[in-house]
Amino acid sequence: MPVAAPERDLRAVALSSREYEVILEKLGREPNHLELGMFGALWSEHCGYKTSKPLLRDLPSSGPGVLQGPGENAGIVDIGDGLAVVFKIESHNHPSAIEPYQGAATGVGGILRDVFAMGARPIAVLDSLRFGIPDGGRNRYLFQGVVAGIGGYGNCFGCPTVGGEVYFDDGYADNPIVNAMCVGLVRSDRIRTARADRTGDILLLVGADTGRDGIHGATFASVELDEGSHTRRPAVQVGNPFLEKLLCEACLQLNELEEVTAIQDLGAAGLTSAACEVAHRGGRGVDLDVARVSRRERGMTAYDVMLSESQERMLVVIQPGGETKARAIFDAFELHADRVGRITSDRRVRVRDGRDVAADLPLSALVDGVPLRTPPSAPGPPPTSVPVPPLVDPAATLLQMLARPNLRSRRPIFRTYDHQVQDNTVFGPGFDAALLRVPGTNKGLALTTDGNPWYVALDPYAGTRAAVAEAARNIVCTGARPLAVTNCLNFGNPDRPHVFWQLQESVRGLADACRAFELPVVSGNVSLYNETSGRNIPPTPVIGMVGLLEDLSLRCPAGFRRAGDLIFLLGDTREELAGSEYSRLFASAGALGVGEGPAARDAGEPPRVDMAAERDLHNAVLAGIARGIVRSAHDVAEGGTLVALAEAALFAGLGVQCPALSSGASPAATYFGESQGRIIISVEPRRVPELRSILTSQRVPAHALGVVGGDELQVGPVRLSLDRVRQAWETPW
Amino acid sequence: MKAGIIVFPGTWSDRDCGHALGDILGQPIAYIDHRARRLEDLDLVVLPGGFSYGDHLRCGAIARFAPVMDAVAAFADRGGLVLGICNGFQVLQEARMLPGALLRNASCEFRCEWTNLRIEHADSPFTNRCRPGQVLRIPISHGEGNFYAEPETIRDLETRGQVLFRYCAPDGRITAAANPNGSLANIAGISNQRGNVVGMMPHPERACEELLGGADGNLVFQSAMRSLAALVA
Repeated sequence: MPVAAPERDLRAVALSSREYEVILEKLGREPNHLELGMFGALWSEHCGYKTSKPLLRDLPSSGPGVLQGPGENAGIVDIGDGLAVVFKIESHNHPSAIEPYQGAATGVGGILRDVFAMGARPIAVLDSLRFGIPDGGRNRYLFQGVVAGIGGYGNCFGCPTVGGEVYFDDGYADNPIVNAMCVGLVRSDRIRTARADRTGDILLLVGADTGRDGIHGATFASVELDEGSHTRRPAVQVGNPFLEKLLCEACLQLNELEEVTAIQDLGAAGLTSAACEVAHRGGRGVDLDVARVSRRERGMTAYDVMLSESQERMLVVIQPGGETKARAIFDAFELHADRVGRITSDRRVRVRDGRDVAADLPLSALVDGVPLRTPPSAPGPPPTSVPVPPLVDPAATLLQMLARPNLRSRRPIFRTYDHQVQDNTVFGPGFDAALLRVPGTNKGLALTTDGNPWYVALDPYAGTRAAVAEAARNIVCTGARPLAVTNCLNFGNPDRPHVFWQLQESVRGLADACRAFELPVVSGNVSLYNETSGRNIPPTPVIGMVGLLEDLSLRCPAGFRRAGDLIFLLGDTREELAGSEYSRLFASAGALGVGEGPAARDAGEPPRVDMAAERDLHNAVLAGIARGIVRSAHDVAEGGTLVALAEAALFAGLGVQCPALSSGASPAATYFGESQGRIIISVEPRRVPELRSILTSQRVPAHALGVVGGDELQVGPVRLSLDRVRQAWETPW
Repeated sequence: MKAGIIVFPGTWSDRDCGHALGDILGQPIAYIDHRARRLEDLDLVVLPGGFSYGDHLRCGAIARFAPVMDAVAAFADRGGLVLGICNGFQVLQEARMLPGALLRNASCEFRCEWTNLRIEHADSPFTNRCRPGQVLRIPISHGEGNFYAEPETIRDLETRGQVLFRYCAPDGRITAAANPNGSLANIAGISNQRGNVVGMMPHPERACEELLGGADGNLVFQSAMRSLAALVA
């Protein structure tokens, strides 16, 4: 008869009594305090993916260029010339809700470490952010703190922040979404995995000393927030980007040493997770001595050391003969390294504190043994219908739309980020996708993150497919071909049936869309329990995508290029206004409320995605760009056609003359609807016949809109000076 | 022209300067560790941008004590060309090799954006490939670039022709709107009295290729190359 652990102890590590029983069964005894803490950390949703793992198995993760799929610090895809691109996106939502500056800063720090642990030099960061309406109070504080934290860390570290997106909705009030994606480059023959498969290797813990910060961070990220959450501020870590920069340069040099077996960053669950996972992946065991770990303060217990989430630490697994060489590198960067343990053959983790054995556990139970769970699932109540009034004055509506937080210029945000350091930024932030030169080659990498939350809220399956399609479209607009996907699944409390249903549907949409585009999902992260005081965030899958442009001289900008070029809208406009920014002009203030009862607003189907048509569109635009026919390409996204036209004009400082904007749909949907699968391009007049032939062969519908030129935005009845349009778009934050 | 690029812990423009000088302009380069005590066979010393020592205490305040700084000062005393970019400018000020101070931007925010710089004097070793009044497009990327000096120092800088670069509008007018950080008199870069030590907040090494948005930054490095060639000839 198992002895029940005190409720209080289980709550502290966020384990259920059922999970505790499984632990008793696997150990054949009761775990001690430290052992229970280690189980709590590794069996948390954050580390163990116990709710999401069964779903994630359905994602396509292999493909011709994939060198490393999910399960490592980051995914890796071959880009030719002996080079590979390494990338991953990760959430830091819970810490950012409590302490926005450090929460966001350490989010950036963590994802940078994931990439340089694999031997890659980080070349770009992108951030996907969601906040409550930033009109004051705590939402504004969170927004400003997160933006400052991202800049504060990335600018000091010296990795450019080149893109991302930010949306605002009451559904994110008090529970912001902070996802950071890092992209790195590595020589294909220098890829380093975190797999310790040699018995007798030693473990060096390098970087920051270990403090009490962040203890139970992984657990904290796996429970819902409440009024008392701010008292958990000590569970939020503090970042030191300067130390991280030194650690990065040292790891890149270390990567050249043959004696190094593995490099693993210390993230969630600290030394426990790093040491156990690196040994388990290699089919080995690990013996640690916490007495050898340098500490920031006196009186720290083995428990504190094993579960600390102090930042800027790396675990290096190396053959004993390589230690001197490794120490020479650390010394050059004035980094401190402790020899904290060694790899064993017995597949157990043994934690010593000097002469005492403080924990002794079988690794497979700890790392892989978490019972997977499939909570009950049920769709939320159907959203009630809110009528959208007909469009009266498109010019006034355009100005009103452009000034809204979801559409206005992001320049005041991204100019606080260094987006140029490393001298590779060809297209910086503010366009469809960022474009970076691959140093030493003539190739480009197109990078984007996308995830319109309102479409997902209306229909998680369709909305997630739309997010993948939009990301691919953004990549294509630069002339690059989509290569691979990373994703971050931000959802509410999965113990609520409608939330788990959202997660299931969203993953199904992600898998279907990636299969349709033949895109492998090579890395990802899941953030559940984004629930504050019983209120769940809107379901928020974020898609990170990388594309490859073989020849940078063929790059295509989003803004118009030259007066006299003809403008075409590719793709069809349908009567689709649900989930649009236009519809939100008329929605009363209030939460998205999706699945939370009759308060749901903004009802209807999200814009449809026709995968076959979408692929034809992408192929046509890529062909047109590669042959130099398409001179600019801009995705029609939030705000619809008129907003996209205004943006392409503002990017270039060139006006637009379109006699009429018409489609089979209502004026509101024609001007501001957000039908998917549409791109605005500009073309030199003499090359229109070539364009027509490409479009015909790819079955892509095209609508001639007008001509680039002048200093006004003239579209049907709309006649506004570009200065007036810019003024609205540049509404201060 | 052999360029030595000083690398402090936390420097990050070192590789960008190396790319501009080495890959684009074809000059031999050497990365110099902050612990080096001698600088040999160099024609130009570059102190690049970054966050040396994490900008702890004050930008450049710790880097000025790095062993290499004595060698940099001796190199400058011998008449060697020294260019401090961004954090390098801050270090040169802390080392008292250039006057004034760089305060927090008036906006209290980090700013990374393209700026226009008017060439005030084209007779310096770092501007001799430009025309007086020429406007260069070069980006900034800093949180502390707000140039400040005592009124008498500003007066001396102006009368001695030590103000080399000023933030301006695209047409060359000096306006408040064109000033990205609150610098006194829109000052973006200055030289010492002798002219061989120059500090500037904008990053010329980021503006050496049309692919990256502009190539005006080459003129700064090419000026140094011309002045050295003139010395040899």
